[in-house]
Amino acid sequence: MNPVLEMKDVHFKYLIGKEKVFDGISLKIYEGEFVAITGKNGSGKTTLCNLLRGFIPHLNQGTLKGDILLRGESIPDMSLGDLADKIGYIFQNPFIQNSGIKDTVYEEIGFGLENLGTPRDIMIKRIEETIKLLKIEDLQDKHPAELSGGQRQRVAIASIIAMNPKVLIIDEPTSQLDPKGTEEIFEIIKMLKEQKKTIILVEHKIDQVAEYADRIIMLNDKKILFDGSTSEILANEEVMKYGTNLPQVAKLGIRYNKEVKKLEKIPTVLKEAVAIFKG
Amino acid sequence: MGIVINNVVFDYPNGFCAIDDVSINIDRGEKIAIIGQNGAGKTTFVKMMNNLLRPKTGTVVIDDIDLSELTTAQISKKVGYVFQNPGDQLFNRTVYNEIAYNPRYNKLPESKIKELVEDAAALCGLTKYLKNNPYDLPFGIRKFVTIACVIAMGSEYIILDEPTAGQDLIGLKLQGKIITELINRNKTVIIITHDMEFVIDNFERIIVMADKKIVTDSTSHDVFWNFDVLEKASLKQPSISKLGNELGIKDIVTIDEFLEKIK
Repeated sequence: MNPVLEMKDVHFKYLIGKEKVFDGISLKIYEGEFVAITGKNGSGKTTLCNLLRGFIPHLNQGTLKGDILLRGESIPDMSLGDLADKIGYIFQNPFIQNSGIKDTVYEEIGFGLENLGTPRDIMIKRIEETIKLLKIEDLQDKHPAELSGGQRQRVAIASIIAMNPKVLIIDEPTSQLDPKGTEEIFEIIKMLKEQKKTIILVEHKIDQVAEYADRIIMLNDKKILFDGSTSEILANEEVMKYGTNLPQVAKLGIRYNKEVKKLEKIPTVLKEAVAIFKG
Repeated sequence: MGIVINNVVFDYPNGFCAIDDVSINIDRGEKIAIIGQNGAGKTTFVKMMNNLLRPKTGTVVIDDIDLSELTTAQISKKVGYVFQNPGDQLFNRTVYNEIAYNPRYNKLPESKIKELVEDAAALCGLTKYLKNNPYDLPFGIRKFVTIACVIAMGSEYIILDEPTAGQDLIGLKLQGKIITELINRNKTVIIITHDMEFVIDNFERIIVMADKKIVTDSTSHDVFWNFDVLEKASLKQPSISKLGNELGIKDIVTIDEFLEKIK
C-alpha cells in the first residue's frame, strides 16, 4: 500500500529562526490512519502540520530540504488552492480560522466551498449535511462573532468538513474547552475516523489520544523520538521525560507493576484498567 | 485581610446575566481553583476581583478596601490578572521589556527593575528567552511570559485564567512549582482551569461554578465524588476516580490513594 502522506529526510529552518526546527525526519501515514502528534511545546508539532498542509513554504518561508509528498506528489510544488480540498486544516485557534466576513454560521460553513467555486446546489447540500452531521442546527443562523469558544471550535471543524477532504489535520481542537465540550469534539473526530478519513491530530489531552488514536508520533529535539502504536507508546514511562503526559490509568499501571505485582500489560484506557484490576 | 465578596450580580450590557448572587471569602495566602463548564461565569466572576468588570449589585472588598471606590488602574497592581489569551495582554517587542513594563511604569530604578525581571523570568523558566519577541515563542511558553509579568508587578493577589490550556507536562509541572513558590511568598493565588488532575495535585480548596452561581466550595474528595455536583457542572471524575468507582473503591482522587486502598 502506498502512503497518503510521506516525509523523507526533511530538514527545516524558519527564515527568522536561529536553529533548525527539524533535522532529518521521515514518516509515512497511510489511508484511514489516525495519528496523534505529541511532544513538548516548541518541539515542532504545529510546524509539522504546516509542512504537511503546504502552508510552509507557501505562507511561511524558510529553508526546506527533503521530500514531502501527498500520494507521491510533492506538496511544496502544489498550489495552496489545489491542496485546499485534499487536506483540511483545523487551526489551534478558531478565532484565526473564522473568516470574519460572514454574518451567519451557515455562510461561514460555506466559505471554503464558495472559494473553491462549488456550484450553488452542491454547496447548499454540503452545508446542510455538515450542519446535521455536527448537530449544530441551533447555531446556523447565529453570527460567528457571538459564539462561545467551544461553539467556534465546532464551526471551525464544520467549515472544513463541508469541503469533504480525505485528509484532516487538526491542531489542538479542544485547548479552550471544558471536559464536556472536549468530549463533543472527540465524538465528531470519532465519526470522521469511522468515515475512513486520514487524521493527523495534535493534542495534549492524553486520555482522548489513548482512546481514539491508532498511532503516536512523538517529536523531540528536531527529530522523531517515538513512532508506534498508541497502546505501546503510552505504556512507556520514558515519554514523560519528554513532556508528554501518560493517561492516569497507565501511570497507575506502571506504579502497580513496580510496587505491587507484575502486570502483563500496562492499561492505557479505562476499560482495560477495569478489566485488569477486577481480576 | 483577604477577598470578601458579598451577593454580587453581574449583567452584560446586552442584558445577559452572567453572575447571579454570588458570595465568597478568600483569605490572604490561600490558593483556590475555580472549575466548571464553559459559560458558567468563571471569568466574569474573577474579573470583578480587580475591577475589570464591576458588579451591578453586591460588594467586592479586598484588604478592607471596597473596590467600588477605586479605579481599575488603582487596584490592578494589587490584584494581577493573567488573561486567558496571552494575545490580549502582550505588546512589547522583547520578553524582557514585557516583564519590565509595569515596574518601569511605576518608575522603579533600572537596577530594581532588572532584579524583578530576572527573578520572575527565572521562576517562569524564561531566562533564555528574555531577548525574544513574545510572539516568536510557542503559545505554551508565551503564557509564562504573562505569568512573569504579574509576578514582576508584585501583585499580592494573582489570578490565572486557564493557564493550563495547551500546556505540555513540563509546563504543567512548572505551573505547579510557580504556584507553590507564590504561596511561599505569601501571595494569594486564584486559578481557573479545566485540568482536573492539575487541580487535584495542586489545590485543597476548589470552587465549582455552574450556571452563574457557586455550587460547591470544598475539597477535591468532596467535589469529585459528589455526582450531583458533577452533573450540575458538567464535570467528569478524573480517570483514577472513575476506575475506583467501577471497582467499588470510593473516595479516591489520586493514584497514591488508589494504591493505598488496594494494597
